[in-house]
Amino acid sequence: MTAELGSFALVLAFSLSLAQAGLSFAGRSRRDATLTGCGEGAALAAFVAIAVGFACLIWAFVTSDFSVVNVTANSHTEKPLIYKIAGAWGSHEGSMLLWCFMLTAYGAALAMARSLPWGLKAATVGVQGCLGVLFIGYMVFASNPLLRLASPPVEGHSLNPLLQDPALAAHPPFLYAGYVGLSVVFSLAVGALIEGRVDSAWARWVRPWTLAAWSFLTVGITLGSFWAYYELGWGGWWFWDPVENASLMPWLMATALLHSSIVTEKRGALASWTAFLAIGAFTLSMLGAFLVRSGVLTSVHAFAVDPKRGILLLAVLGLTSGSAFALFAWRAPLLKDTSVFAPISRESALVINNIILAAVTSTVLVGTVWPLILEAFGRQGGVGAPYYNLVVGPLMAVAFIVLPAGPLLAWKRGDARGALQRLTTAAAVAVAAALLLYALSSPKKAMAAVGVAFGVWLIAGALTEVMGRLRIARAPLAESARRLGVLPRGAWGMTLAHIGLGLFVMGAAYESAWRIESAQVLAAGDSMGLGAYHLRLDQVAVVPGANYDAQQAEITVTDASGRVMCMARPARRTYDVGGETTSKVALCLRGLDDVYVVIGERRTAGSQSTWLVRGFLNPWIRLLFLGPLLMAIGGALSLSDRRLRIAVGRSRAPAPTRLAAAE
Amino acid sequence: MNVGRWAAIFGAVLCLAAAADPADRLADPAQEARARSLFRETRCLVCQGESVDDSDAPLAADLRRVIRQHVASGASDGQVRAFLAARYGDFVLFRPRLIWKNAILWSGPFLVALVGLGLLISRQRSRGPAPAELSPEEEARLTALSQRSDTLAPELSSKNAPGLTET
Repeated sequence: MTAELGSFALVLAFSLSLAQAGLSFAGRSRRDATLTGCGEGAALAAFVAIAVGFACLIWAFVTSDFSVVNVTANSHTEKPLIYKIAGAWGSHEGSMLLWCFMLTAYGAALAMARSLPWGLKAATVGVQGCLGVLFIGYMVFASNPLLRLASPPVEGHSLNPLLQDPALAAHPPFLYAGYVGLSVVFSLAVGALIEGRVDSAWARWVRPWTLAAWSFLTVGITLGSFWAYYELGWGGWWFWDPVENASLMPWLMATALLHSSIVTEKRGALASWTAFLAIGAFTLSMLGAFLVRSGVLTSVHAFAVDPKRGILLLAVLGLTSGSAFALFAWRAPLLKDTSVFAPISRESALVINNIILAAVTSTVLVGTVWPLILEAFGRQGGVGAPYYNLVVGPLMAVAFIVLPAGPLLAWKRGDARGALQRLTTAAAVAVAAALLLYALSSPKKAMAAVGVAFGVWLIAGALTEVMGRLRIARAPLAESARRLGVLPRGAWGMTLAHIGLGLFVMGAAYESAWRIESAQVLAAGDSMGLGAYHLRLDQVAVVPGANYDAQQAEITVTDASGRVMCMARPARRTYDVGGETTSKVALCLRGLDDVYVVIGERRTAGSQSTWLVRGFLNPWIRLLFLGPLLMAIGGALSLSDRRLRIAVGRSRAPAPTRLAAAE
Repeated sequence: MNVGRWAAIFGAVLCLAAAADPADRLADPAQEARARSLFRETRCLVCQGESVDDSDAPLAADLRRVIRQHVASGASDGQVRAFLAARYGDFVLFRPRLIWKNAILWSGPFLVALVGLGLLISRQRSRGPAPAELSPEEEARLTALSQRSDTLAPELSSKNAPGLTET
């Protein structure tokens, strides 16, 4: 019965979304607050209905109900409970349900928001309803996750073992919370274009939603990258793979939006550009979903692919973005932007940030769809990591140079000399770091030293800014302490996010340049060198797991002085169901560094068994995950800023009841 | 679910990158390092977007052998790339060559940045001069005012202090 109840709930959610869109727009055009109120109610009800459907699917997975096609294809009775639950969003159908769940959850939150002016809110809830109609409609009619099987099997096919991992179980919910969070921003932009008003008040409402989506997206991408790092066993953390690019594009666009909405909020400038970014960010989210789910591009982690339904997704994407951009082209010229700012000003710095982020986004976009473009002209080709590194590197370098100056410049007209003077120390520290690194490191790599210096520059610049706000060393200590107490959380959020970016840049430059790799065929008792460390293969034993058997190696890692650092236990798992084999990496954490050990297949040479052991020494790798985490925490901190909430309360207006009657 | 795709992924993960297999390495470490960096730029044509450095597909092993042979016989990186592109098509190269057909690819991102910059500059021009700076008298009045507010209640001065109220 559960599956039928769930299916019913999903169809109900589809009808409720139709009602949400219809009632909101009808109410808006008839100036009837009762109707729009019903639209908001429908948004809440749609969320409840989808939640019921989602709960039914999870229940089917938890109880291993193999009469449901999706459960049969992706679950197994022997699977641990957490992966049974995660299996609910491990497939195409399930992930679309997760997408719709997030979409209606954001829709419900939007319906509950009290601060929006009546007309804008009605239009926004209506647009969100239209999105619901399209995506829930796609799910119900083309991708029902709760379809029954006529003759259920006794056992299921199990979830892809690669996906049976804690980081990847949590990755889709975070990623989708980010992707779909941008739908609210999209709806707000379309709603504001329908209303014909894109101003600083509007930007103020856009910001918290963007911050939330951006923070979720940051965590989601980091989890995915971390998974690829220790699950794929190649020692790398970013492959510029189409699926990774699909998540990076909305992130870059959301980052640009985050900054341009500040300009619109504080100065009323760039309104149409901000609206464009708001539409573009969700368009790239949908494009990502299409690229990942349709399988038009080959990818190392293409799971749950279905080309036929990909076309339908493309149609949804075309309809949504096409009409939004058409509306934008019609309304944007009417938006007046009378603000004036000098070439040296905070506005200019933020515009440069936006120009570069737009250029990087277009690099990733063109690079990702390049094979498709060429195919249209009957040629074959594609781009990979070397292309992206060459193009994105210099562009980001320009952004990094400008970044620390931005927050130090005043709005409207900045004092370039003053900002540069305040940044002298930061610049000196960065140059010193580069020289020191170049002198001490071997092999010597000038570009990498410069890269690390960029990270130091970002961190030192962020610290300079916050110290300036606190007037450290320029005012008595008590005054600084008092300022520490009143500094808004938004300011801390920005500082943390910029420091996080700096840490990430340092880690990326250092790790890519000075990673050490080593591979040897070892028999039990043999050892090999890895940088300053020694790896000794003690033994390989068979260890049974929950739903697999593992060939687990015991490798003693010792440092230069012969002291035992840790025991690495890399393994090769053979799963009982399907007989697939995966490799489990062993990580020895050493401060910021990782010793990363992988074991290969057994080879028999004569009477002796040997194994290919690969070791990586990944220096400063921790920064690559800590940095983005700090950025996400900064986003969350900004989101909790009192001023965002106060602004919400202040602009609260009584809802007009029956405006038509009053007129 | 596409079984072939999964098989390819498992193939990749199951067999570890044999690029690092000691048995195949070139004797000269400098040549081996060059070969490895070429591997990373070369697509394993039958795999899911992997380089031949990562993949253990038979074709990747063939490509690695071909590249190592070329490197050992003294070919430059450019010659190896040209050979691969001629024999397997441009698709084999992860780093597209700087040729006219790829002009959009290489210049596009920088054009976007330049157009953005151009728009910014034209916006500045069309808006006329930026607001005039304060005259010395106005500057003095402002300083006097801000000093006065500093001596007032601390809560008030904190709100008026520059840099504290804006993010």
